[in-house]
Amino acid sequence: MTATPSTTSPAADRQTPSLLLRGLRKAFGDVAAVDGIDLDVARGECFGLLGPNGAGKTTTIEICEGLTEPDAGTVELLGFNWRSHAGELRQRIGIQLQETQFPDKLTVEETLRLFRSFYRRGIPVEESIRTAQLEEKRNARVGGLSGGQKQRLAMACALVGDPELLFLDEPTTGLDPQARRHLWDLVDQLKQAGRTIILTTHYMEEAERLCGRVAIMDHGHIIALGTPQQLIASVGGEHIVEFAVAGAGSSHARVDAALLAALPGVQSHRVDAGLHQLSVGELHTAVPRIFDALAHQGLHLSELRTHSASLEDVFVGLTGRTLRDE
Amino acid sequence: MSRLETSSLFQLTSMRFRLFLREPEAIFWTFIFPILLAVGLGIAFRNRPADVLQVGATTPQLTQALARDKGLSASTMDQAAGTHALATGAILLLAIETPTGVSYQFDDTNPDARNARLIADRAVQAAAGQQPSVLVENQLVHETGARYIDFVVPGLLGMNLMGSAMWGLGFSIVEARQKKLLKRLVASPMPRWQYLASFLLSRLVMLVIEVAAFLGFARLVFGVPFRGSLAQLALLCVLTSLAFSALGLLVSSRAKTMEAASGLMNLTMLPMWILSGVFFSASRFPAVVQPFVRALPLTAAIDALRGNMLQGLSLPQMTAKVGILSAWLVVAFAVSLRIFRWR
Repeated sequence: MTATPSTTSPAADRQTPSLLLRGLRKAFGDVAAVDGIDLDVARGECFGLLGPNGAGKTTTIEICEGLTEPDAGTVELLGFNWRSHAGELRQRIGIQLQETQFPDKLTVEETLRLFRSFYRRGIPVEESIRTAQLEEKRNARVGGLSGGQKQRLAMACALVGDPELLFLDEPTTGLDPQARRHLWDLVDQLKQAGRTIILTTHYMEEAERLCGRVAIMDHGHIIALGTPQQLIASVGGEHIVEFAVAGAGSSHARVDAALLAALPGVQSHRVDAGLHQLSVGELHTAVPRIFDALAHQGLHLSELRTHSASLEDVFVGLTGRTLRDE
Repeated sequence: MSRLETSSLFQLTSMRFRLFLREPEAIFWTFIFPILLAVGLGIAFRNRPADVLQVGATTPQLTQALARDKGLSASTMDQAAGTHALATGAILLLAIETPTGVSYQFDDTNPDARNARLIADRAVQAAAGQQPSVLVENQLVHETGARYIDFVVPGLLGMNLMGSAMWGLGFSIVEARQKKLLKRLVASPMPRWQYLASFLLSRLVMLVIEVAAFLGFARLVFGVPFRGSLAQLALLCVLTSLAFSALGLLVSSRAKTMEAASGLMNLTMLPMWILSGVFFSASRFPAVVQPFVRALPLTAAIDALRGNMLQGLSLPQMTAKVGILSAWLVVAFAVSLRIFRWR
């Protein structure tokens, strides 16, 4: 991978954030898709915008990419703004859009050669093919590629200009688990090469796996911002215990929620459709206490699950909804 | 990599060629179909030699007299058989020898039968020794350039230039928009004018092949005349193609789906197929609609192509038509650039 370009422009100063958003707003008709967003992304960061469909992630990223005009607010990329330096910015950022279909009848190499020709400088086409691991498909028509290969081609098209800042909009949506992991490895490589990456996703495990920092979006707002660890810690515990008691319906009303929440090691309690969720610090001490408390109340478990707290739990804790039930 | 390889205009134009050449249907409609159409029409409207008319006579002498005229084919039959042959259309006229002279039996509402009557009478009178009182001479005219195929070839050429330009541009653009490729391209540093220019460049190259194949065929097989300057004919083809490319751009500048684009495309082209005089002269339409018909780009294109090929007119003699085409080109291009939806 070629090194980050040296340029005489003061905007290339390492101190300038890669992305700076202030008071960003965009409405479509009556719907406020983006409703007042402030954000800083430093150089070399891999930053994730996480949220359910319709949260405003794509609108936000498309405003950053200069494809959508915001109603209000400031957008600065690499110290430039779209109004005065659109041409310069287009040369220096790489973009992967949701659901671009490249012409079926072009080959992988022809497609990349086309995109390479748009950039004044960049990496050789061969290198982009290698990076995206499409060597075997170099002469294959785009129409014959699998979903994962098409996504990697889209990624390669975003890379041929050797961008300082890379935008990936839902790079793994619709891919099978294996293709997804393959793409994650590719993003890892790009991170190691020191590129700044901004990606959107509605898969929490993707954000946790790839991103140094994450902003969780809902209804056009950023409702949480930090490293995945910080956000998960904000839930209050590292583990989540979920249980239901036998004799559903009226019986769950008999569970004394205050008593459970007061147990040592239990940070919070919530109940959703008969399923109780407790966030706890240590499983091995908290679970026996929970069993005892339930036994005291004369209740029998019908279901018990535990998992490590994830960004999903952060989202649930903040909104009361799960990421995927939109 | 060579300089050309790294030029985005070259790459965009190559993409257009590749996509076109890898689409067998497009090749058929652009190159083969117009030739097939010309063949079909050429066969259907071929000029036949002057018909020989079938007649009958009741005596061998009379038959001999009639057969002496090249316009008639005569056979001898009795009156009953002759009447039957008349009724079934096997002969057009029956000449019956009577004591006083000759009697003709024929249907005077049938133009061919009336012709047969005239020729037969001439033959009978000549056999009887009648001399023409005025000396006449026939000059036969079978001029190329006045046949239907000569008329229809410039019409088909105009129609084909319209179709390939409009579909070629319109469909590709709307497809790219629908598949979000257009959006991806404008998200790259690609100069937008080059995207549109690549269509025009590839169109011009294709035009050479398309026009040369079609007109070459028309020349070799039908002997269609080229009375005007070939350079000006080429210029007319380029102007026509550009005008319809601009119109295709206009039609596709907003449409988001292929269905919407197809509808708009047909809505634009159908009136011109009918009104612009591809298959018959546009002057057959009533005088009220003539100003509208004349203002259509296809009418102007076809009239100018016919003017060049059939009448040998030069461009300065056809300023009105060239002006109409240029106006369509400029206005459609300007409007579509203004309203074009890049995403």
